[in-house]
Parts: sequence; structure tokens; C-alpha cells
Amino acid sequence: MSFKFTEENLKRIEEERKKYPESLAAVMPAIYIAQEQNGYITNEVMAEIADVLGIDKVDVLGVVTFYTMFHTKPVGKYHIQVCTNVSCMLRGGYEIWEQVKNKLGVDNMGVTPDGKFSIEEVECMGACGYAPMIAVNEDYYENLTKEKVEEILNSLK
Amino acid sequence: MERIVLPEIPNLNQIDVYLQNGGFEAAKKAFSQSPDDIIDQVKKSGLRGRGGAAFSTGLKWSFMPKTTDMPKYLCINGDESEPGSFKDRQIFEYNPFQLIEGVIIACYAIGANTAYLYIRGEYHKWIKLMQQAIDTAYEKGYLGEKMKNTFGVDFYCDLYIHKGAGAYICGEESSLMNSIEGKRGYPRVKPPFPAQKGLWGCPTTINNVETITNVPPIISKGWEWFSKIGAPKHPGTLLFGISGHVNKPGVYELPTGILLTELIYDVAGGVPGNKKIKCVIPGGSSMPPLRGDRLEGVRMDAESLKEAGSAIGTGGVIVMDEDTNLLKVLLRITHFYHHESCGQCTPCREGTGWMEKILKRIDQGNGTSKDLDLLVSVAQNIEGNTICALGDAAAWPVKFMIQRFRDEFEKYVKPQVVIPV
Ligand SMILES: NC(=O)C1=CN([C@@H]2O[C@H](COP(=O)(O)OP(=O)(O)OC[C@H]3O[C@@H](n4cnc5c(N)ncnc54)[C@H](O)[C@@H]3O)[C@@H](O)[C@H]2O)C=CC1
Ligand SMILES: Cc1cc2nc3c(=O)[nH]c(=O)nc-3n(C[C@H](O)[C@H](O)[C@H](O)COP(=O)(O)O)c2cc1C
Ligand code: SF4
Ligand code: FES
Repeated sequence: MSFKFTEENLKRIEEERKKYPESLAAVMPAIYIAQEQNGYITNEVMAEIADVLGIDKVDVLGVVTFYTMFHTKPVGKYHIQVCTNVSCMLRGGYEIWEQVKNKLGVDNMGVTPDGKFSIEEVECMGACGYAPMIAVNEDYYENLTKEKVEEILNSLK
Repeated sequence: MERIVLPEIPNLNQIDVYLQNGGFEAAKKAFSQSPDDIIDQVKKSGLRGRGGAAFSTGLKWSFMPKTTDMPKYLCINGDESEPGSFKDRQIFEYNPFQLIEGVIIACYAIGANTAYLYIRGEYHKWIKLMQQAIDTAYEKGYLGEKMKNTFGVDFYCDLYIHKGAGAYICGEESSLMNSIEGKRGYPRVKPPFPAQKGLWGCPTTINNVETITNVPPIISKGWEWFSKIGAPKHPGTLLFGISGHVNKPGVYELPTGILLTELIYDVAGGVPGNKKIKCVIPGGSSMPPLRGDRLEGVRMDAESLKEAGSAIGTGGVIVMDEDTNLLKVLLRITHFYHHESCGQCTPCREGTGWMEKILKRIDQGNGTSKDLDLLVSVAQNIEGNTICALGDAAAWPVKFMIQRFRDEFEKYVKPQVVIPV
């Protein structure tokens, strides 16, 4: 299953590349754009990134595997991230994590059979004063209670 | 009380409001002076880095070579991943133009034409907000080539956002540079320091978001004004983050040197249920924890916290009440550092793993008093023996929690049965 960037995405990558003196530096923006287009990063995706930027595929692999936000397996339509680090833990973060696991019936990095939800236990998200918190894809939900979490999950279509 | 980086002006994140309130006047003033003049003023102001290590900003800027053929760079560190820290996002949201103004003044002072603002990947909303502010600044001629016209000066600089992707280590300045270069985020051995060999081998300065945002007021109101605010050896204000068991968690901008008890009880409304405090981490999870019964008289500035046996770090105060299970807290913190270790140094990579394993064993009810000594010993063997400060950051919570709360941790382990010979 070969992967090719859309015309528009090729243009976006070129815009990013111009910001750096070397092509290699555009690898992170390129991986983000690829993940937007393909949902997750496969071997074919990495080959295309390497080709477009003129870098080694092994360098792309090295970067993809270093960061937690680059996914090499599909995630759900709604990727739920629950923080359990100290400030959230002190305000019920683990209870929220248990609640989310139980409600959706999956464990860390698991995806529900219908592909709608995946969950991840994450480190501090920079919302400690508004704990406990979760993120759904790119959106933060803060100052949570068990009821609010239930509401949020139920509202996701 | 003067607020320097988060003034109480509504809608300051709109360009017209920012301009109406003296926006970019500091930059105009800076461009009428020499770069060395600017560095001198920042030095005299006493501004110290707000990223955690509190290194003199003016001194760091002065390390940049004056004459070189290589391009020079400024990196603004917005990776903000230290547990307990959530302050830089306030600047992105409420005062982005003061950050941009600080960037152009800093670039002018150190002779950099390109600046990269590294923002942690999870901050999607704040990245969009900053990008909007940057686009507006370009449009209005406060960034890019149009600067030459706007300020009537033979200088301009570009500012680009580089989005992180979920790696705490990338906040470490040399790892940050490797990350921008498109490599895996491994810290570099220092020396050489970034001013000698930074991005792509070129002279680079890295400063935290809050540090840079302090620069325009220092230029417009004067270094003397700044130097008189707060603690003499650590002047200015800090964006204190306070979280955990308090009634009013949040970020509060206050002068350095305020009493920790004032911050907890007066500003953050005290502890829910009026419970006693068992433990406070004063500067983000990397800083040594303090006993709740030893908080009297502790002041929130670099020198005072050092004397009290901790450090200011990012000013991220985490409050734990009397019912907190410190073992679980320490286990969680240790798991974090083990998870985030980049793996380059054996003491850090293996040491954080051991500490987590031992703490897990204790948590399962199979620990002994000797394990507590072992934990402290492992921590002491990591300290100072690593390429970057994450090693220390992982070692200090273990060492100091156990040393300072030995009585509590003894309760979590099985008593050693001593068989008399
Ligand atoms: N804001 C956040 O989210 C986080 C902050 N931190 C903080 O990071 C701190 C440790 O950071 P490091 O960069 O390892 O501290 P460091 O003390 O090694 O360096 C601090 C700054 O001073 C400069 N510097 C130090 N000595 C120098 C010299 N001799 N010559 C030239 N420049 C010199 C460094 O280049 C750096 O910019 C901790 O205090 C911690 O609070 C840690 C994790 C996350
Ligand atoms: C593991 C680790 C993570 C760090 N993360 C950050 C960070 O997210 N933001 C930051 O400003 N500094 C961070 N630092 C400190 C930087 O290395 C550096 O000292 C700082 O960005 C310099 O800016 P300043 O002098 O303006 O504080 C980190 C240090 C270490 C060891
Ligand atoms: S101390 Fe830890 S995080 Fe830092 S370079 Fe060594 S292994 Fe990596
Ligand atoms: S500890 Fe959860 S957001 Fe910081």
C-alpha cells in the first residue's frame, strides 16, 4: 500500500522546509502532516517522507520512534489521553483513568473494536492547576469530575 | 503590585490593545541603542532564567561571539513538561505579543536573525494562538524584513514555531536543539555550551518563554526598576504555579521572595478541609520536596530555597495534605523519570529503572528497611554522573523523600526481624 502526499500537503511541507537551513529539520513537521493524511505512520509513509525530503529512511524511523505523539499503529477516532502524573493524581487522576478504562473496555493504547475510541495514560500535560484533566485528540478538558468525564465520553459521536 | 509578564489588561492578546498599551515601544527604544548596551542592561537588571536553572540571562547573552561568519540563533523554550508547571501557556494565551517583542529585542542583542519557538506538541491550542500572533506581527511589520522599515534599523529577524511531539527530555536545551535539527532528542555533552556550538554547530542562545517575556519591560522601564522588585539576588516576578491540595490552584504572578506559606494560604486559599500539609514540592517535580512542618519562613526565590534545602525550579508548587500516600507519589514521580529518560547514560537509564522496581516492590508490600537505604544509595550514584540534569531530577525526589520522611516510609516496609545471636 504505497503512500503519496497530496499536492496540498507537498506544498505545506515545502513551506515548513523553508524555515530551516537543512531538509532534515523538516522531518517532524512532515511526520505530523503525514499522520494527518494517513492516520498513522507506516513503512510506506516513512519511505515517502524520506523521498520528499531527500533524507535517509532510517533517520525518519529514528525520529518517529522517539516521540509519543507519532503513532505507528492506528488510534481511535477519539484518542482519549488521561494524565495521572502528580498534581492530577492528587486530585483524582487515577480514578478518572479507571473510569475511562472501564467505560470503554480497553487498556492503555487499546482501541475499541468499532475504532471509535483509543485511550492513553499520559504524563503531565501542563494543566496541573486545573486537575484532573483529559485530552480528546487536540482538545483539553480540565477541572473534571466523574460526572463531567461521563458526559464528555457520551457526547463523542 | 506590578505585574510584568501577565499585566491585568483585558484582551492584551489583540494587537491593537497591545499597541495602545505601549506595545513595541521597548523594541523601538532598544533599536536606538547598541546590542552591547542591551546586553548590559539585561545583565544589570539581574534577570535570571525562568526555565528552572536561574542562570543570569544577560551573562548568557554575553557569551555569544561578537564576530563570526556563522549565523546565530535564538531558541525560546516552550516545552513546559515539568510536572507542576503550567505557566508558559499563560503567556501564549494572554500576552503573546510581549513574548514576540522580547524575541526581537533578544535577537538584536545577540545578533541572531532566526529564532525558533519550541512548543510542546500537546499544546495544540496554544500553538495555534501563537502562530496567529506571529502571523499578525509579520503582517504589521514587527517581524521579518518589514522590521527594517518599522523600526528604521538595519536589522530584522524571523520567528518560527517548532512543534514538539511528546518527549519531556526535549525541554533540555541541547536535546531541544537536536530535536529542531530533526534528530532524536538526545542531550549533548556540555561543554561546549550552545553559545559556542549550538544549532547546526552555530552560536545559539536558549531562553525560556517567561525569561524572554521579561525583556521588553526591562528595556522600557529600566534595569534599575526591575532590579528593585522582589528578592535582591533574584529580582522580578515569577509566574508561580500552585497545584495539588489547595483551594485555589492556578498561576499567580508575584514578586520573588514571597513566603511559601503566604502563597499557599493567602493566595491559593489554603488546604481543602483545613487539613495539615504533609509535603510540598516548591519548584516542579525535579526539585527536592520539603516537609510540611518545615515551611515557616521559607521564601520563594533561588537563594532562599537553596538554603531551605530545595530549589526554585519552575516555581511549580505542589501541595500534599496529611492524608497523602507519599510512597505512591514517589513511585509515580520515579516512573515518570524512568519513562522519560533518553537512555544515553547508564546511571540514569538503569538507575531510574531500579528505583522504580524497588518502589513497586515496596508498594506491593514486599519492601524492607534496607530497600530504603538501597534507594538512597542508587539515587546518590546517579547524581552528578550523567550527561544531563534529568539524572539529578530523578535522583533528588527519591533521596530527599526518603531522607526527610524516613519515619513515614518505614511504615510502608516490613519491619526487619533481628534474630539475636
Ligand atoms: N520548564 C520546565 O518544564 C522544566 C524545567 N526544568 C529545569 O531545568 C533545570 C536544569 O536545566 P539545565 O539546562 O540542565 O541547567 P544548567 O544549569 O546546566 O544550565 C542553565 C542555563 O545556563 C547555561 N549555562 C550554565 N552554565 C554555563 C556555562 N558555564 N557557560 C555558559 N552557559 C552556561 C546553560 O546553557 C543553560 O542555558 C532545572 O533547574 C529544572 O528546574 C527541568 C525540567 C522541565
Ligand atoms: C530534563 C530537562 C527538561 C527541561 N525542560 C525545560 C522546559 O521544558 N522549558 C525550559 O524553559 N527549560 C527546560 N529545561 C532547562 C533548559 O535546559 C534550559 O536551562 C533553559 O531552557 C534555559 O532558559 P533560561 O535560562 O531562560 O531559563 C529542562 C532541563 C532538563 C534537564
Ligand atoms: S541523564 Fe538520563 S535523560 Fe539525561 S542524557 Fe543521560 S540518560 Fe538521557
Ligand atoms: S500533573 Fe496532570 S497536567 Fe500536570
